[in-house]
Amino acid sequence: MDLLPYFQWCYDSTLGETIRESTWLFPVIEAFHLLGLGLTMGAILLVDLRLLGVGLSKQPVAQLSAGAEPWLLGSLALMFASGIPLFMSEAIKCYYSFPFWVKMTSLLLALVFTFTFRRYATRSGLAADRPRLGRAIAVVSLCLWFGVAWGGRWIGFS
Amino acid sequence: MSPLSFFEWMGDLQWSVDLHESQYAYSIIESVHVWTMALFFGLVAMFDLRLLGLTMRQVPVSEVIRRLQPWTVAGFVVMVMSGSLLFFAIPVRSYQSIFFRTKMLLLLLAALNIWIFHSRVFPKVAGFDVDAIPPRAARIAGALSLSIWIAVIFSGRMIAYNWFDCDRQPQPGLINFLTSCDPNLAEQ
Repeated sequence: MDLLPYFQWCYDSTLGETIRESTWLFPVIEAFHLLGLGLTMGAILLVDLRLLGVGLSKQPVAQLSAGAEPWLLGSLALMFASGIPLFMSEAIKCYYSFPFWVKMTSLLLALVFTFTFRRYATRSGLAADRPRLGRAIAVVSLCLWFGVAWGGRWIGFS
Repeated sequence: MSPLSFFEWMGDLQWSVDLHESQYAYSIIESVHVWTMALFFGLVAMFDLRLLGLTMRQVPVSEVIRRLQPWTVAGFVVMVMSGSLLFFAIPVRSYQSIFFRTKMLLLLLAALNIWIFHSRVFPKVAGFDVDAIPPRAARIAGALSLSIWIAVIFSGRMIAYNWFDCDRQPQPGLINFLTSCDPNLAEQ
């Protein structure tokens, strides 16, 4: 399946073109994207550090996970709301960018892992009952999100 | 020696030039700077949100700060080190960047806010440690911290853009004043 026509459509869209032609729009949206990155990392780390037995290690995993989730969802919404316009303005560059595909693959895996297995294991008490499993979940989660952050930063260098 | 000639001297040092012209080193240092920002700001934001009563309401304020502080401090140290290297690679342009100057000013404000929080608000933490919503002074410290760090991220991101650079004349007189730029000396 060739995705290039869809990328071309994004690139040619009014939104993509408006951002490309503006001096300020791309940098400002990018700054919001960075802000979202920080908030997402905070909400993820709070729970992953706990699973690793550090950070807020006196708190129950399920409670921390439930408390962090609204902020995780909110910051991810900010990431998508800023990331999609950035993508549309340079969709063709992204199509040919290796870091972009690393980022999208990691993002898909990270989202699925976070909202299925990690969510279930932290909420059900499974991760709390089996600390080694909890640590493994934290390591996988951090690696996947780091893949997203790596790809994201390196799209800009390519 | 004027600051400008000092930074010109710095920029002419061999390893400043090497870093600036390196194929990977500069990009890697910049990546580390961004990633540690996410670690630092993310955890600081969670603490600020706790001060605002917007998350982890059942966790004592003192526990949140004591448990997260080693991580934010470590993140901050790496950020200062990587940030210094980034400055070292491009000293003159950074020194004259209006966004860099804004960022340094905001960092001073952030430090002031932290100092006020730790000298005035935190010593009284026993009185509100388990409150779901901490008192006004603590909420103000949290809101200020969040706002200042967000402004730091924004100004930091904008350093990359050259709209107000000294070598892009003509600029409004106010810009040249704020960036200590002498347009007659600026290399075109």
